[in-house]
Amino acid sequence: MGKEIFYFLIFPGLLFSGIVGGFLSWFDRKITARVQFRQGPPLLQPLYDFIKLLTKETLIPKKGSQFTFFVAPILALFGAVISAVFILLPLFGIKTGFVGDLIVIIYLLNIPSLSYMIGALASGNPLAAVGASREMKLILSYEVPFLLVLISIILKSGMSIKLSEIIAFQAANGAFIGSVSGVIGFIVILMCIQAKLGLVPFDMAEGEGEICDGITIEFSGTTYALVNLAKYIMLFVLPALVVGLFFAGMNFEGINILWSVLKVVLVVLLVTLIRNTSPRVRIDQAMRFFWIWMNLLAIVSIILAIFGL
Amino acid sequence: MGKRTLVPLGPYHPLLEEPEFFKLYCDGEIVKEVIWETGYNHRGIEKLCQSKTFEQVFYVVERICGICSTSHPFAYANAVESIPDVEIPERAKYIRTIVGELERIHSHLLWVGLAGHFLGYNTVFMWAWKYREPVLDMFEIITGNRNNYAMFTIGGVRRDISPEQATQLLKVLDDVEVKTTMLVGAVMDDPVIHARLKGVGVLTAKDIHDFGAVGPTARASGVDIDVRRDDPYAAYDMVDWKVITASGGDVFAKAEVRLLEMYESISIIKQCLEALKKTEAGDIKVKVKEIPPGIGIGHAEAPRGEVFHFVKSDGGNSPIRHKIRAPSYTNIPTFRRSCVGGTISDATIATAAVDPCYCCTERMSHVFDYTTGKHIMSAAELIKLSQEKTKNLKTKLKV
Repeated sequence: MGKEIFYFLIFPGLLFSGIVGGFLSWFDRKITARVQFRQGPPLLQPLYDFIKLLTKETLIPKKGSQFTFFVAPILALFGAVISAVFILLPLFGIKTGFVGDLIVIIYLLNIPSLSYMIGALASGNPLAAVGASREMKLILSYEVPFLLVLISIILKSGMSIKLSEIIAFQAANGAFIGSVSGVIGFIVILMCIQAKLGLVPFDMAEGEGEICDGITIEFSGTTYALVNLAKYIMLFVLPALVVGLFFAGMNFEGINILWSVLKVVLVVLLVTLIRNTSPRVRIDQAMRFFWIWMNLLAIVSIILAIFGL
Repeated sequence: MGKRTLVPLGPYHPLLEEPEFFKLYCDGEIVKEVIWETGYNHRGIEKLCQSKTFEQVFYVVERICGICSTSHPFAYANAVESIPDVEIPERAKYIRTIVGELERIHSHLLWVGLAGHFLGYNTVFMWAWKYREPVLDMFEIITGNRNNYAMFTIGGVRRDISPEQATQLLKVLDDVEVKTTMLVGAVMDDPVIHARLKGVGVLTAKDIHDFGAVGPTARASGVDIDVRRDDPYAAYDMVDWKVITASGGDVFAKAEVRLLEMYESISIIKQCLEALKKTEAGDIKVKVKEIPPGIGIGHAEAPRGEVFHFVKSDGGNSPIRHKIRAPSYTNIPTFRRSCVGGTISDATIATAAVDPCYCCTERMSHVFDYTTGKHIMSAAELIKLSQEKTKNLKTKLKV
């Protein structure tokens, strides 16, 4: 039991993934700033933000369900941390996990988005309601291609639904990104994690210029700090999952440690560059994009995977 | 009529640079009706102008709007100078035109950046504003201020442009031209921008006539109006340029008009700088001793459309009536046509597309019921209401 609590709270759970996620968030902001000819924040800015938010007053809207509103960010953080544990343990080779953990991960990765939605709807703010309805539509759009890509991965790894086995298979037979279906699957999953992270062009649930941060508008102080922490962790966990699924996971022997870190940073860099080179799309355009184009690509990836390409 | 939700845009909203309240009545994401409320930053400029001398009014009216802070003095100068019918020196005309067109460049660059920001495309926002910086620096070199230039006066301008400044300005213009071409490429060739802007917030030529919209908003719908050509003032009839129009009427067409207008502005300034060489340096002002009794009307094409000033003089040293109509005053009501039927995302960019300037638009002295014409409140009553409210707040907060 003590070990599990250690996994959850210290490594690779809350503390570790929070710190790494904060660093990646700094990296994302710094790259964004450099692209936009700005100086960018100092390295510890995410920490400062977090501490500052913790010391601020936490406002809870009087209308709506106050208990649900307060619990939602905690739930989001919980979901982010537990998915971090399930993804990072096999990735770091600490524990092999259990058969079918990939399916659990699919569920766990949705908890933060769902929690924001619950919190937004509990706040009773019309802008938050618009944001929540957009988030709901977005989840419906990106989940299907995300699942289809996972199916293609499962096919390629010889019908394995265990993350550690998928990584071990790649370590033995070469990373999936080296194959045609792998490249296509990577493109699809990159778009999906862009939407899961709520970054431009799929940030319509927040839509700063439209609905003033919509889904998170009513969060303040501690609750907003928790929302931010969950976002930091997701910014680490989702690229880490992609590294596990397409880049043969991580290896911590000698010089390989550098290469492992670079893989995660590279995926975050791609995400950052996409978000800086496109405007926000409308929710109906996003749905069409995922349902038609991304599903099509994912199915192509599955067919190619069946033929072993 | 189904159930409608009120989605508020404002009074404080990241979309709006100034306090303004748009009530979007929505059915799901679809906007069914837009109602806008003003009155958050009314400053009583017209009344203020009546307490200043004719010369001082320039510095009041250029503070109406921080962005088009030369178009109001421009229109005011045209109005006041038409009362004694002064002909200003040619050199002053060219300098006025240069300042006016430089302002158009910086205002349009600002709009491109803001439009990018509203679309969530912050890279365009930062880039456009970075390219705008040299233009503002140029303003500082020519007029002494980056904003609120205090350049105009009755009978001419207050500062001359030296040959060194002209060379500097030419260099900056060449640079801006390159950067504009880059921005045009970034906006016109981006498929996602096409998807977001094409067919959004469409205003037909009929809508433009119905609402009396002006400026780039009208020109983007194929209505070929431009005060600079239709009723030339300053040096606009002495240089060669053309009015840019587009036929789409959507947000994309408005962006197109603004981007292409920047090239025209650059060309106008270059011609004016060339013409400056032929006029005598220092001849920038004629002395106007007094403004006789009479009525003066002046207009100017601001970056957002036609600015109209009406000045009435009784022969004293200050106007006895000063009436201002800013372009946003006629452009903002078009939201009722361009936003309705679209989604909330479309409504935000459609409102931004007319480049609204709210504080120019604020006019209020009398509240009445629109349908019945029944008087509700007069200006004095409004002031009394405000004072009472402040008093109540003070007792409540114990200050």
